[in-house]
Amino acid sequence: MSWQNVLQVLALVLLLGVTVPPLGRYMAAVFGSRSDGTAPGDRVFNPIERVLYRVFGVDSKREQRWNVYALSVLAFTLVSLLGLYVLLRTQGSLPFNPTDRGSLQPTGAFNAAVSFVTNTNWQWFSGEVAISHLTQMLGFAVQNFVSAAVGLATVIALIRGITRSGTRHLGNFWVDLTRGVVRILLPLSLVAAVMLMSQGVVQNFNGHTAATTIDASSGVAEQLIPGGPVASQEAIKELGTNGGGYYNANSSHPFESPNGFTNFMQVFMLLLIPLSLVVTFGVMVNDRRQSRLLIGVMAGILVLFTGTTMLAEQAGNPRVAAMHIDQSLSGVQSGGNMEGKEVRFGTSGCGLYAGSTTGTSTGAVSCMHDSFTPIGGLMPMLHMMLGEISPGGVGVGLSGVLILALLSVFIAGLMVGRTPEYLGKKIQASEMKLVTLYILAMPFALLTFAAASVVLESANTFQSGPHGLSEVLYNFASTANNNGSAFAYQGTGTQWYTITQGISMLMGRFLLMIPVLAIGGSLAAKPKVPATAGTMPTHNALFGALLAGVIVIVAGLTFFPALALGPILEHLSL
Amino acid sequence: MRAFIRQLRPALMAVVVFTLLLGVAYPLVSTLIGQVAFGDKADGSLIVRDGVVVGSEFIGQTFTAPEYFHSRPSAAGAGYDGSASSGSNDGPLNEDFLAAVQERADAYRTENGLDDAVAVPVDAVTASGSGLDPHISIANAHLQAQRVADARGLSLDEVLAMVEDHTDGRSLGVLGEPGVNVVLLNIALDDLTK
Repeated sequence: MSWQNVLQVLALVLLLGVTVPPLGRYMAAVFGSRSDGTAPGDRVFNPIERVLYRVFGVDSKREQRWNVYALSVLAFTLVSLLGLYVLLRTQGSLPFNPTDRGSLQPTGAFNAAVSFVTNTNWQWFSGEVAISHLTQMLGFAVQNFVSAAVGLATVIALIRGITRSGTRHLGNFWVDLTRGVVRILLPLSLVAAVMLMSQGVVQNFNGHTAATTIDASSGVAEQLIPGGPVASQEAIKELGTNGGGYYNANSSHPFESPNGFTNFMQVFMLLLIPLSLVVTFGVMVNDRRQSRLLIGVMAGILVLFTGTTMLAEQAGNPRVAAMHIDQSLSGVQSGGNMEGKEVRFGTSGCGLYAGSTTGTSTGAVSCMHDSFTPIGGLMPMLHMMLGEISPGGVGVGLSGVLILALLSVFIAGLMVGRTPEYLGKKIQASEMKLVTLYILAMPFALLTFAAASVVLESANTFQSGPHGLSEVLYNFASTANNNGSAFAYQGTGTQWYTITQGISMLMGRFLLMIPVLAIGGSLAAKPKVPATAGTMPTHNALFGALLAGVIVIVAGLTFFPALALGPILEHLSL
Repeated sequence: MRAFIRQLRPALMAVVVFTLLLGVAYPLVSTLIGQVAFGDKADGSLIVRDGVVVGSEFIGQTFTAPEYFHSRPSAAGAGYDGSASSGSNDGPLNEDFLAAVQERADAYRTENGLDDAVAVPVDAVTASGSGLDPHISIANAHLQAQRVADARGLSLDEVLAMVEDHTDGRSLGVLGEPGVNVVLLNIALDDLTK
């Protein structure tokens, strides 16, 4: 890494340090942390929201129990899913389709609809080849917003469960959804879209523009230059930790990310809300030390994984070096393993992106992960397998780390023989059963389908050798964690993969989200017990180490055997 | 079940309203701002010469003639296909990939009259993620400069000066990596020797 690369990372830390606390406090106010219920911008937003509630036909004052809250989430998701499915199935006969894209087949449309509704944005297809401008706008962009807002709403409901006592109510889903979109995601996206456009990200409604190429002797006389409302999509793609690229190459495409500044900003955008939410949590539970501890654990994991990827990619591919290819860093090249990477980002910009996109549940990429060195590729894969809690997707990341915190206090409680408590709430059998379901659902959705794919002859669409196993593992890790990035050599447009990966995305979303809401409901009903000398503090380094240990050990025990035969074996055979 | 059905009405209305707000109004407003404030950029930073669109400054092209600087290998369609961006996605041990690297390195050395002792810059023998990378490394440009100078009857210094003129530095001095924009450089060379 050059000194500029180090400065780039420090600049990111600094920018996040300046923006995360105020945004976190703002979001806390949006979700009712102030005693009088007011929030900045009420004068502008309140009238808009009142109109929306009237159209929806909901009483914004009426709160919901956890099960009604969950049913609202499911109803909203079902309607979204059906709407997007119909759009994908019929886009070929709908207007606003200048590139003349046809409709998708049933299983492909199912997979794509599930993918965007669950905030995964897994794409078995290539954006510019398969999707019309209309579907991008009415379908994908809309789901980018609302699927993030659903994640946001559910973690707020969980936090309310922790802060309230003696009630069964967790808030109103329709209110939380609306405020998340109108007051947080939409204004931030508009600003981000303008910023991206100023750098050269395209925003138009054109189809392809035919260009007469400069070197006529190259054999290519014409180049089709793509169009589309890209910047508006790009903004929420990062801010909502969605990750679905307008174009196949995602943020390595020059029209999605034209320079080093946009690459940097996109990394910032995808970390911004997940980190700010931890501050929101601290404000809402009225204990900032809790958020500092959680941010510390998240940042520690994020830095470790991102840094390792950057170093591994900068070290390059020894097989390539053996051919007398220069992979060294110097004043005239950034060097490293450049297969699948852009000159303008280099291995550092790419590694920074790869770590951040898999630590959040984004899945956007600014370089091709499938072409990483074995260790460079192991890091993002394992980062997802940790459950995406460093800092995780919008809402779902904080939910995940809070669940793991409950598991940690439970384990600590077992060790010292006391009833575990977290922030004044006793953690008992009913919560622990739900925590167990949460912890087991993702590995189940990942490993069972991956195992079946490896033995099924017809599912063999991957490269040969240990790298093939890495591809299957990575891709199911991505769908089961609602990430969306891919080891993209593997063809996943077959019926087997569109169906199984669609199911694993649904499991990874709702078998986690529903237990979270149930835990929130269970905690809300409990009285707050005052802290005593015997209460284990959950804001000190000891608890931080315990939490990090639980995160690593749970994932390590689950996935190490499979990883040993994939990326680790591949590394040993370099 | 009845509780679920009761939620379907707000669900339906919310999907409709958010589709209008986020799927219609938001991209329209963004496009309006983009077209007014950054028209050329929002349209793809197209390069127009004598009334003909010859490319975009951000989208690389295939160059094979010796008087042009050559772009990196590309996995987008048949090479720099703007309608089919893609990387190779080959794994680091993929035999086809390693064979392709060797072949490209040999071709690069032959093309530029380099002997086997010269290490080939890695970007010259690897495909980018997008397949549309408009840049090559400065090292790569330097090794191609003599060939271009000979083919155009220019001095090496003139060509190197042009390379420097078309080198994009890091954003704000620290973000990203420097690179030579091949499309703009080749156009400028054409202008110089026209």
